[in-house]
Amino acid sequence: MTEKIILIGYGGQGMMLFGRLLARATMLDGKQVTFFPSYGTEVRGGAACYHLIVSTEEIYSPVVEEADTIIAMNQPSYLKLKNYLKPSSLLFLNSSLVKEVESLNEITTYRIPATEIANELGNVVASNMVMMGAYNTIKNLVPLPLFLECLQSSLRGRKAPLLEVNTLALLRGEEYVKKTYLKGERIFKTSAV
Amino acid sequence: MKSSNNKKHLLTGNEAAAEAAILAGCRHYYGYPITPQNELINHMSIRMPQVGGTFLQAESEIAAIYMAYGGAAAGARVMTSSSGPGISLMQEGISYLAGSELPCVIVNVQRGGPGLGDISPSQADYFQAVKGGGHGDYHNIVLAPASAQEIADLVYDAFDLADRYRNPVMILGDAQLGQMMEPVEFRKTPRTHQTVKRWALTGAEGRARNIVKSFYPVKGELETFNIRLQRKYRAVEQEEVRYEEVNTQGAEIILVAYGTCARICKEAIRRASGTGLQIGLLRPITLWPFPKEPLRRLAKKARAFCVVEMSAGQMVEDVRLAVLDRCPVHFYGRMGGGVPSSREILKKVLNILAPEGTLELEIPEIPTELGKGLYFSTIP
Repeated sequence: MTEKIILIGYGGQGMMLFGRLLARATMLDGKQVTFFPSYGTEVRGGAACYHLIVSTEEIYSPVVEEADTIIAMNQPSYLKLKNYLKPSSLLFLNSSLVKEVESLNEITTYRIPATEIANELGNVVASNMVMMGAYNTIKNLVPLPLFLECLQSSLRGRKAPLLEVNTLALLRGEEYVKKTYLKGERIFKTSAV
Repeated sequence: MKSSNNKKHLLTGNEAAAEAAILAGCRHYYGYPITPQNELINHMSIRMPQVGGTFLQAESEIAAIYMAYGGAAAGARVMTSSSGPGISLMQEGISYLAGSELPCVIVNVQRGGPGLGDISPSQADYFQAVKGGGHGDYHNIVLAPASAQEIADLVYDAFDLADRYRNPVMILGDAQLGQMMEPVEFRKTPRTHQTVKRWALTGAEGRARNIVKSFYPVKGELETFNIRLQRKYRAVEQEEVRYEEVNTQGAEIILVAYGTCARICKEAIRRASGTGLQIGLLRPITLWPFPKEPLRRLAKKARAFCVVEMSAGQMVEDVRLAVLDRCPVHFYGRMGGGVPSSREILKKVLNILAPEGTLELEIPEIPTELGKGLYFSTIP
């Protein structure tokens, strides 16, 4: 099993945290993982792109050339993601901010209004967790309780009050993708909350 | 399985280097910030006070390397780190360390050059690291890790090698290795042969004074010293060569690459499996001493070598020197932050194997997509 993921968004949309939590959770799940963040010029508002590879085998190149999954949070990233596509790629778009300019017919696309959902929950920064909830429901890459454990350990002290909204965001992402794309075929039980 | 996973940490290569140094007994770190090695200095600034060590952010890289010189002369395990421009500033000090036979571990997280360049991965400091860099006849021992785990393991070894040979050891990484996060497990018992350093400047009470210097003004003394240094280097060449071979048995083409490029070469080999292409890889782990003998051995059987680097072609010269004209040596490189893709490498291999063989494309076309934050978009 190998899953190559590209995470792209504005700096500040939480893709770094998303990737780091996913990497940590898969590591604790006993898998090999490499997480390569972009760095330096990627300040808030700049474009940030992250390469995450999870595998049961040794990972050679940490650079994703063709992605199994692309999670794109905004318009500029949507325009750039074509570099990484292959016919079997899954595409997760934050439809709140991405206006699709052309149809990518062959690509399975999940459109999640992550920013709107996070706003409804009262904190726009949780849009990354909405995407995570949606993504993991489809791909089932990590056991959700393990991910929540990692989330909890990264939101400690001053940040502890953010745990609730992030957990809710995860569940709302899961709910949305089930309602919209799975039509109740598969309902995963979550031990969270 | 679970219990062993608990010991794993998800760390950047930079953090792995810093933590391993502390575990290897390093208690003195001097440095100056520069991307892409800032996680290293940051980690040191947090951890050194916790373990009772010294962390000092110097006023410049020149100051940092001479602080390291001072610490080393006093017998301590010392480390400094930087990237291209900062390492260039340190060259004088590194020559002094070699000339005074002082152990010191220096980490270079390479970025694109020349000049201020950029902050993306590069391997263009190879000549500087391997061929001396500073003035005079000297060598650094140069180690080239290819993962966060190997960075940790080689940092332990770097301190041992530095002490054993009383010589600067350079860990030659790159921005990608420094920035990338991977699971790291630290060795429980690092081979810390912290020998008593009888030569160190520890106060001469009750013994004859020690002198640490690289200055030999009396005629003939310096040549005698140089002969001794060269004997030491020959011993290092005899004892310390390290490399990894992948798939070389029966391979038609042998790729030669280190660090990040070696991992992408492995990906290319995996990609080619099942196509009938017989591709192998020799990955030098020590860049100096260079694995000449294994290359000569492989040159007897392989049809050609292809060296892959993130440079205009530096290590390729050492490969050519090793195999001379026993076997053709081709080169594929990307520069200025460009990272080769496994597809590009395979394309090059096919080019070499094609009967025309004349389609020698030594420097790739300028990539069309080098957008901000997308340094790694592939060339179709």
